[in-house]
Amino acid sequence: MNLLRQWVDLFPALWPGLLVTVRLTLAAAVVGVPLGVVLAVAQTARSRAVRWGVVALVEVGRGAPALIVLYLAYYGLPQVGLALPSFTAASLALAVTTGAYTSEVFRAGLAAVPAGQREASAALGLSRGKEFRLVVLPQAVRTVVPPLVGWLVLLYQGTSLAFAVSTPELLSRAYNAASISYQFTAALTLAGLMYATLSLAALGLVRLPGRAPRAARRTSAATSAGPAA
Amino acid sequence: MDTLGVVGVIARGVPQTVAISVVSFLVGAVLAVPLGLARRSVQPLLRWPAGAVVEVVRAVPAVVWLFIVYYAIGSGAVQLSTFQAAVVGLGVISGAHLAEIYRAGLAAVPRGQVEAALALALPTWVRYRRVLGPQAVAVVVPPASTYAIGLLKDSAVASVIGATDIAFRAVQQTQQDLDGLTNFAVAGAFYLLLSVPVAVVARLVHRRLVRTGVTA
Repeated sequence: MNLLRQWVDLFPALWPGLLVTVRLTLAAAVVGVPLGVVLAVAQTARSRAVRWGVVALVEVGRGAPALIVLYLAYYGLPQVGLALPSFTAASLALAVTTGAYTSEVFRAGLAAVPAGQREASAALGLSRGKEFRLVVLPQAVRTVVPPLVGWLVLLYQGTSLAFAVSTPELLSRAYNAASISYQFTAALTLAGLMYATLSLAALGLVRLPGRAPRAARRTSAATSAGPAA
Repeated sequence: MDTLGVVGVIARGVPQTVAISVVSFLVGAVLAVPLGLARRSVQPLLRWPAGAVVEVVRAVPAVVWLFIVYYAIGSGAVQLSTFQAAVVGLGVISGAHLAEIYRAGLAAVPRGQVEAALALALPTWVRYRRVLGPQAVAVVVPPASTYAIGLLKDSAVASVIGATDIAFRAVQQTQQDLDGLTNFAVAGAFYLLLSVPVAVVARLVHRRLVRTGVTA
């Protein structure tokens, strides 16, 4: 088929773009996910000023379009003496958005750990650090993983916004290849296909039945007898 | 130009942002009806293709869809304006997302309601129109409004293909005065402000639906 041949011809031109896209996703995730943890934990701080400040930060981060945050990092930061190359600016902007969104995921994950678990830890005389590390965190991780992977897939797709600040990622490569050869349909659908393949593969892995850790299945079997959570 | 002047310039993008968001949402809300119903069909020939459409549409970034609609489809046999391309692209994406929301809403109606409708020998149309539909709507409103707010923000990607919305005006203004910090902060504030009425209306509608007895 003609389109198939065009895809094969265009693939080498798009491949380096996919690598940039993946690197952009990883860079944003490596900075953004820990930021999300910090923002989630900070929301449980004793100081009201800290709590409100963090909530405001999260709400603004989630309320403004990712594209605007991206423009702000790329066009705005040089004014305060921080002129970043487009890849760094895009990573930073996506990391901030990731932090704001994933903090909600982590907050929900921490809240989902039954209060009895914390009470039991206190009764056993565990320090607050140990309680968090040995009791709360392992249980929170389990509820957090599926929505977190869902977010990472959205982040992977969101890196296409970096086109707007001319990072040479997948969409930019596809657009450039299309401008040269005038094969817009072939180049753009191939880019779409490359985005879709990785997204669907990642989502498929999480949804795969029986992939949940054994402990998770045991708990869900035990709780399914009681009222639904 | 002073900050107030900048606010005025960027505000000129508000009608376009609102129009793209509202029309895309309406297109999606309509498209999602057959898609959502097909997803629930007992007929695999309906269910599987609908599922595939929903998954594939959601697996490709919005910007890429807009590029495909605008540069690949919209520059061939049919000529699409940036606004039309944005509405087609974002409308289809909304359709895929809302179809899942509708499906979840219908699935949330207790099984006994369907059985009762069947026991009363209500025709399929009446079963959906009078029994399932009204109960599903109350479940659908909160997630659909959350999606609408997300769509309002995502509509900023339409500026990348040149739709003259808030983000576009802010970029244009920045190219003139190089004051990105102010311009994009103002643009971000506009998006935040626009999402407030959506949230308020959604809450009112939901409360009304719950009060009139159409509860989940």
